[in-house]
Amino acid sequence: MSYATQKLAEEKVFKDPVHRYIHVRDQVIWDLVNSREFQRLRRIKQLGTSYLVFHGAEHSRFSHSLGVYEIVRRISDDIFHGRPEWDEDERLVVLCAALLHDLGHGPFSHSFEKVFHVDHEEFTREILLGDTEVNQILLKVGEEFPKKVAEVIAKTYANKQVVSLISSQIDADRMDYLQRDAYYTGVSYGHFDMERILRVMRPVEDQVVIKSSGMHAVEDYIMSRYQMYWQVYFHPVARSAEVILRKILQRAKELSENGYKFKQPPTHFMAFFDRSFTLKDYLALDEGVLMTYFQLWMTERDPILSDLSDRFVNRRLFQYVDFDPGKDYRKLGELAQLFREAGIDPEYYLIDDSTSDLPYDFYRPGEEEERLPIHLLMPSGEIKELSRQSQIVDAISGKRRTDYKLYFPAELLIDGKKKASKQKILELLRKGGV
Amino acid sequence: MLQEHAKIVDFIATADGITGRKKLQKMIFILKKMGVPFQEKYEFHIYGPYSEELTARIEELCDMGFLSEELEDKGSYVRYKYNVTQEGKDFRGTLKESVIDNPAIAAKLNEKSSRFLELTSTLLYFDHLERTEQIEKLHVVKAKLHFTAEEIEEAFGFIDELSQMKKLP
Repeated sequence: MSYATQKLAEEKVFKDPVHRYIHVRDQVIWDLVNSREFQRLRRIKQLGTSYLVFHGAEHSRFSHSLGVYEIVRRISDDIFHGRPEWDEDERLVVLCAALLHDLGHGPFSHSFEKVFHVDHEEFTREILLGDTEVNQILLKVGEEFPKKVAEVIAKTYANKQVVSLISSQIDADRMDYLQRDAYYTGVSYGHFDMERILRVMRPVEDQVVIKSSGMHAVEDYIMSRYQMYWQVYFHPVARSAEVILRKILQRAKELSENGYKFKQPPTHFMAFFDRSFTLKDYLALDEGVLMTYFQLWMTERDPILSDLSDRFVNRRLFQYVDFDPGKDYRKLGELAQLFREAGIDPEYYLIDDSTSDLPYDFYRPGEEEERLPIHLLMPSGEIKELSRQSQIVDAISGKRRTDYKLYFPAELLIDGKKKASKQKILELLRKGGV
Repeated sequence: MLQEHAKIVDFIATADGITGRKKLQKMIFILKKMGVPFQEKYEFHIYGPYSEELTARIEELCDMGFLSEELEDKGSYVRYKYNVTQEGKDFRGTLKESVIDNPAIAAKLNEKSSRFLELTSTLLYFDHLERTEQIEKLHVVKAKLHFTAEEIEEAFGFIDELSQMKKLP
């Protein structure tokens, strides 16, 4: 028996709060789960800074990755199995891609990527194709196999059905994270009838469509997605923590570039500061490492780095106000000047943040051939775009909703120093100035 | 602050408006590849490079009143047309300098069809590969579009032309 088809002597199961059990029969999958690079995902939280708002949200990318694998396993083994439009030879590649799709995520991924201009997808590719345990396991399946898995994850694989299962508007990734994030945050949104959706998924030509009889289950999924975005992913307090995190990394980088002598050399970051990093440097990072540095930086001589680190570790977050950039963008310059006069660096203490800065999206049908929408398979065999059939989806996907916030350290504005400037800042912030 | 928003407004103003979301997506991607400092993150989607961040930013700019959006219903889909409003022109002034060194590049991109820009952006997406592999990959991911050898040659020529224009003041 080849390694690709080798089964475990006994099925392994992981207990899981979302799917109850995650089933592993394939030796390849079991070996991948036990690789160093996959185990690293245990040390990276799925929701980044959201645990500072929803204390239960400590779940990892490890559990999410297993969840995505389980959904795809069920689609492949139970729903698509035996259907002529589905190529059974794609089973192992789609299972591996599902399991490994988030492999390149780093600690507090979104902020880290923004500050150091790296791309977690590029790291995923490097882990799959480079000198890693994961690569060695995939190579045992076949010489071209690591490349195939990388192509599925990069969405450049020839079989679009396979790509759609991992990344599309209704894919296993979103179906797992919506339910998992809802469970761990404790919110009552995010639940939908996944069983029903899986049962009505069909492989058709070069995509996966939903039988029209399952439209209401999909409506529920779209609503869950919409509500989770506003209640969890775009939560203004979690965004405050994210803003501070980003500014810590930016400050440490700036200090290093200016020759600042850290009390504790930031060894793990040096290769990122001077952009000489390798995959090994990246894999050496996890959220435990970053949190350790933040703790150390609380006692740094640089007042901005120590203050921001203290804010993050001890959850002394920035306050925020809504603002309308269309009306008030000129006042941002005025505010920044007042911050300087008050002795507060606006680069680190006055930050605008909008929904386009966040790594989540709504369902948008878009324009022809912009990106693939959700398609319904009608009883006549016709394929129709979801929002053209569902009034509910049309109502929420056609409405634009954006959100802008301005973050600042409120308590620094009410201490006794430089009172006049601070008074003006508070007037602008609180009396409808912005 | 809001500098990434201002860059998009600046580009659309330089191009004197853009018709088609898909076209706009591909134009920004091509410019990014030419070294124009747009920060929007792109991924490969079924129809080529696509940035969710750019989609969200355009929505925000319309919401702010800096861009106007007109839509034409084409039956099975709608087409969007973007122009910079008077407020947008004022907002553009917050940029210290234009994001586009050579305005002729914007016009050059704008005169191309969305099919051609899809071809060009897809080739650029695979520019880490050798040319033959780039073309092979194009045929794998865009099998349905049946790009001809002439079209592909024209796209490579267009990329060279843009690179030359980028170097001009």
